[in-house]
Amino acid sequence: MDPKSKYMDYAAPVVLFLILIAAWYAVIEIFSVPSFVLPSPTQILTDLIRYHEPILVAGWITLWRTLVGFALALIVGCVLGAIIGTSRLAHKSAFPLLVGFNAIPKSAFVPVLVVWFGMGSLPAVLMAFLLAFFPITVNVATGLATLEPELEDVLRSLGAHRMDILLKVGFPRSLPYLFAACKVAIALAFVGTVVSETVASDTGIGYLMMAASSSLRMAFVFAGLVVIGVMSMVMYLVFAILESRMTGWAQHHE
Amino acid sequence: MSVTQRKGTSLSRVGGPGPSRGPAPAGFDMSKRGNPLIQLESVWLKYPRGTGFAVEDISLEVADGEFIAIVGPSGCGKSTFMKLVSGLRPPTLGRVLLDGKELKGPAKMVGMAFQASTLLPWRTTLENVFLPFEIVEPFRRDYRRNQQLYRERARSLINAVGLDGFEDKLPRELSGGMQQRASLCRALVHEPRLLLLDEPFAALDAFTREELWCVLRDLWAAKKFTVVLVTHDLREAVFLADTVYVMSKRPGRVVRHDRIELAHPRDLDVTYTPAFAEIVHELRGYIGRIQNA
Repeated sequence: MDPKSKYMDYAAPVVLFLILIAAWYAVIEIFSVPSFVLPSPTQILTDLIRYHEPILVAGWITLWRTLVGFALALIVGCVLGAIIGTSRLAHKSAFPLLVGFNAIPKSAFVPVLVVWFGMGSLPAVLMAFLLAFFPITVNVATGLATLEPELEDVLRSLGAHRMDILLKVGFPRSLPYLFAACKVAIALAFVGTVVSETVASDTGIGYLMMAASSSLRMAFVFAGLVVIGVMSMVMYLVFAILESRMTGWAQHHE
Repeated sequence: MSVTQRKGTSLSRVGGPGPSRGPAPAGFDMSKRGNPLIQLESVWLKYPRGTGFAVEDISLEVADGEFIAIVGPSGCGKSTFMKLVSGLRPPTLGRVLLDGKELKGPAKMVGMAFQASTLLPWRTTLENVFLPFEIVEPFRRDYRRNQQLYRERARSLINAVGLDGFEDKLPRELSGGMQQRASLCRALVHEPRLLLLDEPFAALDAFTREELWCVLRDLWAAKKFTVVLVTHDLREAVFLADTVYVMSKRPGRVVRHDRIELAHPRDLDVTYTPAFAEIVHELRGYIGRIQNA
């Protein structure tokens, strides 16, 4: 890759971002949108700075709720994926149920979780878990189930046990699938936490946005959205870096 | 179809294409070549989901140290034969014996290689080659203690097949021929008594393929393991094997076997001799006839 195109790679998203901001200003100017409907980027930035203290506190709460829910999803997803990916019977019996479960709108679960667990962190963590575990389960199962039968023959004829095959081949082989799932699932986990917080919490970014919107402070609401977006991007980046470190063998190189 | 047998010629022919479901075809004369390592006694196999038998009434013996090749039209159950001999699939009827003992479950101390190299893409060549040491008993038990020794053995085998300098490369950095060399090394590094090859050279170009024939020939000459080679390349079969078995189209049956009396070690030049061409031609004609029958 020549240096010019590398420079382009870094500049392109910045340029696009600036174009979108400009368009935002243009829309507000042309249609004279009042700020309690659509605040300008400057107003959002001002509120971000003015309310940085409650936003940081709430952001931290939302982050750890999301990460705990995601960690649970990772554990359950890997175990469930390993079972479904290695056992035909488990696949046949559990997969249709999983697909059905995934189709249920998870926000409908929030009232149920509130009845069961009350307000606060637990429903938020569980919502993050519920949204995140499905893609992880499916991808781990796929990674394991697409193991080449010849390779399995080679290992079995060497006397390998099922556990050997899982540890030496299955797990490393499904790592790229797992990372792909993590990058999708972390965003879903944020969605789950924030949805739950808007209804069933008096802390967290979701609650903060709800409170701000009820007093028509739209710039504050948008500041909350920006914080969620940034946190999600950072987590995505973490997984992308881990992925290139741990599964470099699976990526295309020039 | 009458059974003819011409001993002492380059080609002896046993059995016919007809449905001979009697006792094992006559003409097994392995007594001179040591005890049989593999014995199939009228083996039938039906896959659980399949209709009809994949292979029917296969009876044959492979002597210890013998190199046999199995040829036949595609879909004739050649790969099924490998699964039977490796113990990965138990026969529906009949018995498979390895070294005189009936196979129950996957045979240990067997090396396998396939058309796809099936190397682990996250392991280097060297790490791929010594994988068997991490799995096969008794090496596995002493893995930590002997790791250095195992590495050396893997390394010397890698050198023997001409892969020196590529030990620390990942499979995707190797050409197809190199991957198959590595795959052969992995199949042989724990010095199995039996090597099972399922069209290992089928995906390679003609030059690389012939190079690898010679690599396999030399390894076999040096270590004297037993080889079962499944292939649809008749030249490959005749060049490498002591005995070539022909299977009929599905349901697979062994309809003929020929001892290849060309002297070992065979040079690639032998493939251009009239004697060699005659054997290949005869086999080709025969397979053509049973395919159209």
